Amino acid sequence: MYSDKYSSVTDAIAKVTRGSRVMVGSFGMAGYPGALIEALADSGIGDLTIISNDLGAPGVGLGRLLSNNQIRGLIGTYYNWNPEVATAYNEGRISVKLVPQGTFAEAIRAAGVGIPAFFTPTAAGTQLAEGKETRRFDDRPCVLEEAIHADVALIKAYKADELGNLVYYKTARNFNPVMAMAADLVIAEVDEIVPSGSLDPECVITPHIYVDVLTMKGN
Amino acid sequence: MQTISEQEAKERIARTIARHFDQEAEAGRLFINLGVGIPTMVANYVTSPRIYVQAENGMLGVGCAAPEDRQDHDLINAGRACVTETPGCSYLDSAASFGMIRGGHVDATVIGAFEVDQDANIANWIIPNGKQLGVGGAMDLVSGAREVVIAMQHLSKTGKSKLVRKCSLPITGIGEADMVVTEYAVFVFEHNQLILRETAPEITLEELRSITEADFIVP
Repeated sequence: MYSDKYSSVTDAIAKVTRGSRVMVGSFGMAGYPGALIEALADSGIGDLTIISNDLGAPGVGLGRLLSNNQIRGLIGTYYNWNPEVATAYNEGRISVKLVPQGTFAEAIRAAGVGIPAFFTPTAAGTQLAEGKETRRFDDRPCVLEEAIHADVALIKAYKADELGNLVYYKTARNFNPVMAMAADLVIAEVDEIVPSGSLDPECVITPHIYVDVLTMKGN
Repeated sequence: MQTISEQEAKERIARTIARHFDQEAEAGRLFINLGVGIPTMVANYVTSPRIYVQAENGMLGVGCAAPEDRQDHDLINAGRACVTETPGCSYLDSAASFGMIRGGHVDATVIGAFEVDQDANIANWIIPNGKQLGVGGAMDLVSGAREVVIAMQHLSKTGKSKLVRKCSLPITGIGEADMVVTEYAVFVFEHNQLILRETAPEITLEELRSITEADFIVP
């Protein structure tokens, strides 16, 4: 199937430059752009800030980027599945910014929809709100959280059409649709590209305006 | 005081919470979110057909654990366990899923805890020992869900009361706990007070006081 957005995995990853802020969709290994991450690890591009829910497992998936010393900083929610993250952080090799998961998702969404910051009751009064402005709304303390934007988003969808409209599969959807809105360059790894007009318009989750590059594993 | 085995303790806690939800669901549909560990076991014991399970990684209508021959690694709950669909289930992106929680649409969340104090503060996200680095959705869930049910064994592995006067570990949320269920007792927080609701047959009130650091009221 022809798409003018189509690129090989290697060519797609060549667009990621040293020092970039890179968002990566996934929750554990569900909805994980595996071919793109393997190519990113193979490329050795370094000094990256990785914005993702977690960092996979030691030496596996996104964990490979840490084993390869390609990471300068992490912004995410949960690194207990990969104990190498705590070790690297304790040794001062990387910076880690922990964000509550719902706030993380909303901050990415906010970046995508033009909202620079928002107040949320989540985390008020906790360690994760330290240094952040707090204000009361409806008599509840709320924390000011800033939008999270990236240079590049690497996302995984189930199917794309030639234009780049995306549909997802079950809980592999997770952070992918919001990340598709929140980066300057959006690269989507898909399992299949179908003709335009063959996806039910009612079922398109990510309209093609957000998608810059389409790629598929093994190409 | 008769001791209760760990397995029996966990099953009893899950059964007690399931009974509480079955009663609540008599009034209408009930939407619940279940954390990892004992909370997940609650789903095994609820009997009401009006109870729907939400998973914060993006699913409403989570079914039972997937049998080994039907595991789909893109169909998981927030504990990364493979699950199944129920008729009428739906998928959401992470921002919409946490919006559902933060927006107060999820009736209850069941979570484990390291400590809960008599002011309803919860500590369940980190033991600062340098090995953990993750918050996940814990802070979003305790501040967003209407009712926060704590499922935890009464004593820590070293035999200390987990119901304390004041949390010593970093808190997840201020004053968010509504109910605490242990193998020995059920407590609720009402009007800023911890109130004893039920006691297990293996324990006397005096014995319960001796293993509980927090002050509680016996109605």
